Amino acid sequence: MSSAMESLYQEVILDLSRRPHGRGLEGNADGESHQVNPTCGDEVTLEVHLEPATGLIRSVRWDGHGCAISQASASLFSDLAPGLTPAELGVRIDAFRTAMRSRGTIEPDEDLLGDAVALGGVSRYVARVKCAMLAWVAGEEAIARAIA
Amino acid sequence: MTLTSAPRTPVGFSPNELGDIRLDFPILGSEVNGHPLVYLDSGATSQKPRMVIDTERDYYEHENSAVHRGAHTLAALATERFEDARATVARFVGAKDDEIVWTSNATEAINLVAYAIGNATAGRGGDASKRFRLAVGDEILVTEMEHHANLLPWQELAARTGATLRYIPIADDGTLRMEDAARLVNARTRVVAFTHVSNVLGVVNPVDELVRLAREVGALVVLDACQSAPHLALDVAELDVDFAAFSGHKMLGPTGVGVLYGKSELLNALPPFLTGGSMITTVTMESAEYLPAPHRFEAGTQRVSQAIALGAAVDYLQGIGIERIAHHEAQLGQLLVSGLEVIPGVTVLGPRAGEPRVGLASFDVRGVHSHDVGQFLDDRGIAVRVGHHCAQPLHRRLGVTSSTRASAYLYTTAEEVAEFLDGVAAAVAFFGAGA
Repeated sequence: MSSAMESLYQEVILDLSRRPHGRGLEGNADGESHQVNPTCGDEVTLEVHLEPATGLIRSVRWDGHGCAISQASASLFSDLAPGLTPAELGVRIDAFRTAMRSRGTIEPDEDLLGDAVALGGVSRYVARVKCAMLAWVAGEEAIARAIA
Repeated sequence: MTLTSAPRTPVGFSPNELGDIRLDFPILGSEVNGHPLVYLDSGATSQKPRMVIDTERDYYEHENSAVHRGAHTLAALATERFEDARATVARFVGAKDDEIVWTSNATEAINLVAYAIGNATAGRGGDASKRFRLAVGDEILVTEMEHHANLLPWQELAARTGATLRYIPIADDGTLRMEDAARLVNARTRVVAFTHVSNVLGVVNPVDELVRLAREVGALVVLDACQSAPHLALDVAELDVDFAAFSGHKMLGPTGVGVLYGKSELLNALPPFLTGGSMITTVTMESAEYLPAPHRFEAGTQRVSQAIALGAAVDYLQGIGIERIAHHEAQLGQLLVSGLEVIPGVTVLGPRAGEPRVGLASFDVRGVHSHDVGQFLDDRGIAVRVGHHCAQPLHRRLGVTSSTRASAYLYTTAEEVAEFLDGVAAAVAFFGAGA
């Protein structure tokens, strides 16, 4: 297997695609979004729950189906979000999008994105960027709705 | 007394013949991701032989001109080549020259029929087009296995006219439920539109039976021939369909050109779909008279180089022999299915090994998404199609959201199929399915 493929399908990605984090909707979310990738029919529904007292993100829950990249990406997003303010998460979504669109020229920033840097290899595969972005686009919309 | 030769049993290609065929396709010598290209996506678009590419280039270098207008030498030459290509395609599918309409693609060809029927329903086309008018209560019948291109134009036509869209369901093995078809075709049925060969399942539908049912109630028959015209001997007159659509790029031709076949009498009774230059006899500020078919359906500047190159593609296919191509691909289809069926975790959509199918197979890998399978194969230089293949209702019926499809053509080898099968087995192991 090529090294690009090994960096695309890192062990953490394969593990998360088999044993996802944050999967299963709770209902009564502060913000929710449903996103579809029309090229493959993959979809995700994602909930953002806030701490009423502080306005910080308490949890992200999601459900959906898709490829290993999109499933792992939703798990990594739900790991990243808790404890952040909506604005802080917005900064991280922007940083992730920039790295994904860079065609392999920008390594994702581990300080900002934590374990989600495992998705860095996706940016070399233009056709797969949408897979990685699906949950993050849903998260962006869900947060906007949560604070609206 | 007429002499007819005894039907010959087609034979496949010898390794030498297949090697020679492959040399005609420049792209097949490419490397992808450090591996020789294994192209198994011909169902989406075929590769092009050098003579097709050269024909299109030669046209631009030596003959390029506007067709059906202008008195100069090049204009006459271009027009002749353009119309010769029409005749070539007509002979290839058993049609008369004026029964072949050039379109941009097969999707446009089907839309042309649907919109022309809609225009007739709106009162366009005078007395001649009355036979096409749809009313509330009329029915349009499709099948559950249609490509979106042969579904959405009919959904839209039904919505515009108040007609009802119904569909023939499939059985679990991917064949049409013909007992349901017999019940669904009734006195209200006005159009029966179905695919000749499924782009996902690889089944060949019983055109004869469906045409017979449609004839009993006077319904129009529209055949999606996208996956048959490139691969099987197609005779539209013998099949007795009213309309048939196929695309150039799936049969060794360039993109940008498709074909609508229509019975002459029907085409000349239909009002036009697109209107504008080149398709009229007389125009006033208030109204227009239209040319007979096929030109009444060819408004505006035509896809001249593409049509001429498609004519060259048909010449190439005829030079090899479409029966031999069909035979070769049927063998590859069985190799694909019998090989896939024994890989743990893999489920083939459609008929099992040993049942009739063309040279393609779509499959699901339990717990592994088709994009991941396709990505893994691409790393080995193997090109397949992933996703829903523009057939979402069919995938939903089969209980999957997407599938991986390998589709062969005349240039595909058994060795390539074996490499693909090795790749699928390795993908299953890598992603941990099949356990």
